[in-house]
Amino acid sequence: MNALELIQHTFQLTRATGRAALMPYFTIGYPDLPTSFEIVGKLAESGADLIELGIPFSDPLADGPTIQHSTQTALKNGVTLQTCLRFVQDLRQGGLTTPIFLMGYYNPIFNYGEERFVQAASESGVQGLIIPDLPPEEADELRQHCRKHHLALVHLIAPTTPVTRIQRIAALSQGFLYVVSVTGVTGARKSLPPHLFEFLHEVRQLTNIPLAVGFGVSTPEQAASLGQVVDGVIVGSALIEVVRQAEQPVQAAGTYLSQLRAALEDRVRE
Amino acid sequence: MIDRTKFGTFGGQYVPEVLMPALNELEEAYRQAMEDVDFQKEFDDLLRTYVGRPTPLSYAKRLSHSLGGAKIYLKREDLAHSGAHKINNALGQALLAKRMGKTRVIAETGAGQHGVATATAAALLGLECVIYMGEVDMERQKPNVLRMELLGAKVQPVSSGSKTLKDAINEAIRDWVTHVRHTHYLLGSALGPYPYPQIVRDFQSVIGREARQQILEREGKLPSAVIACVGGGSNAIGIFSAFLSDQTVRLIGVEAGGNGIESGYHAARFADPRKGRLGVLHGTMTYVLQDEDGQIAETHSISAGLDYPAVGPQHAYLRSIARAEYTFATDAEALQAFQVLAKSEGILAALESAHAIAEALKQAPSYPTDQVILVNLSGRGDKDLDTVMQVLSQTAVISKDGKKPDERS
Repeated sequence: MNALELIQHTFQLTRATGRAALMPYFTIGYPDLPTSFEIVGKLAESGADLIELGIPFSDPLADGPTIQHSTQTALKNGVTLQTCLRFVQDLRQGGLTTPIFLMGYYNPIFNYGEERFVQAASESGVQGLIIPDLPPEEADELRQHCRKHHLALVHLIAPTTPVTRIQRIAALSQGFLYVVSVTGVTGARKSLPPHLFEFLHEVRQLTNIPLAVGFGVSTPEQAASLGQVVDGVIVGSALIEVVRQAEQPVQAAGTYLSQLRAALEDRVRE
Repeated sequence: MIDRTKFGTFGGQYVPEVLMPALNELEEAYRQAMEDVDFQKEFDDLLRTYVGRPTPLSYAKRLSHSLGGAKIYLKREDLAHSGAHKINNALGQALLAKRMGKTRVIAETGAGQHGVATATAAALLGLECVIYMGEVDMERQKPNVLRMELLGAKVQPVSSGSKTLKDAINEAIRDWVTHVRHTHYLLGSALGPYPYPQIVRDFQSVIGREARQQILEREGKLPSAVIACVGGGSNAIGIFSAFLSDQTVRLIGVEAGGNGIESGYHAARFADPRKGRLGVLHGTMTYVLQDEDGQIAETHSISAGLDYPAVGPQHAYLRSIARAEYTFATDAEALQAFQVLAKSEGILAALESAHAIAEALKQAPSYPTDQVILVNLSGRGDKDLDTVMQVLSQTAVISKDGKKPDERS
């Protein structure tokens, strides 16, 4: 199975069991490199269907304080793009089979060389890329490289995206469509934005590509209710917050993820 | 196909999706405003009756004589209301914000000049205003913080990263992402995603149009060179824009050389091949100071307004086609130029503008006395008195080699 097929297969499997896929985000190198490695392994064990790994960047302008803190820490720990590629390689060598997406800002990737990066990512065992500051308009070249090396380039839509644009982006996005839940930056929020479900239903009508919703999802209840209408639920800042406050971060991450997974399974769709 | 969002390969729209509709809305509102006679009239009236345009063109006679070369003329943007060229763009964009039905404007500021200009425009037009400013910059540009507050703006300290202009822009973008439906991001320099570099240039192009006409009236010929400092590059692109097709006119942009290029403590994107490379920062593809891993480098300049790791994309383009040339002045050279100008012409220039003066001091002697050099004096120096006093008291005398005593072995 190539990367795209593996992602497709994963969404098909979760769909078949009537629940949404659970997709945690975690920053490579937070709180330190070995711990983050253990945490990612734990996430896979505890019910992650797909995993998003954050590449740290000095100026993460789509991120709120929590992820900013984690990526700044990772940078202080000396994490580079090369480290991130090796990180995935090591995960694969350790036997991890969960589909992996790298999420990072464009400049480090551009600086590394787009094709060189895509090829290296593919060889390391990455299935897809999510680049929050690269709208489809600027992604033509990267898309070509991704096609060539069988990597999914995932695009994002936001509550401000007009209908015709949603259709256009959905047609270009590969693997799934990343639905940003809020008009805002990443970060756990007490409640989901008021018109989110209307928006998700609207998007559902516009495309058949799997939808995964992220930004601002934190509690098992939120994940469960979102899981009713979309194919995947992404949890990032809340997970990092759990790790940040825990005395035993690996265990805490696992426990938190199991709770999310249980909530998704309890609310199996009719 | 020509990409309307780019200058050659520079520029573009590298932003989170949530902002794309806002950029499209801004582009459309701007296009309509440019075709709207009433908008143009309102803008022109404000520039004339509120800003005090046209700003004068001053002949720096004593300075020119002492250098014994070209006649140096100063375009006096320091005399524009609120003390710098920034007001031209701030008023233009605030009018656009109102036109788009936005009730709140936010802005970043480094030296505080753009923050003051935005606060001024917001007060004049009745808009809510929040200014993001790095904590380091708030410390070194205190008078401007007070000014903004007196004008009714909220100054939001930024403590992330290097606590300077770059980080203020990060925070302003995060605010914009969150409040985009009713907020206009009043970006202050000719950078950021399309259409900002074009809009800011157009609103600043009044500097060049006036200066070109004024110099022709005074001297009956075009200048041999036009010199301006370049942080993001709005004052430079504003004055350059009128001379782009005058091939005989040299266009010289001056970046912040900080402690010198070799020291690594500078903000000269074009001058340091180790760190200055093509990259993407704050929505635009341009020259960016970065490390080997593509992480954005921290910068240093004595002038907060030039202390920024990326340069406006049109400057990168003009350099790539060799229509403009870019050099740098160090902190010490800028300080020396600041003092020379004060004593010979009675003008306290902003430390940003003093970088352009420093280059004029270098260029003028190599020209015959019937040639003209035009310098954009983009802002006044009152805001910098603390910084200047501090440095001068440490060094007592700036030596002839332009180096501070602690830089000499």
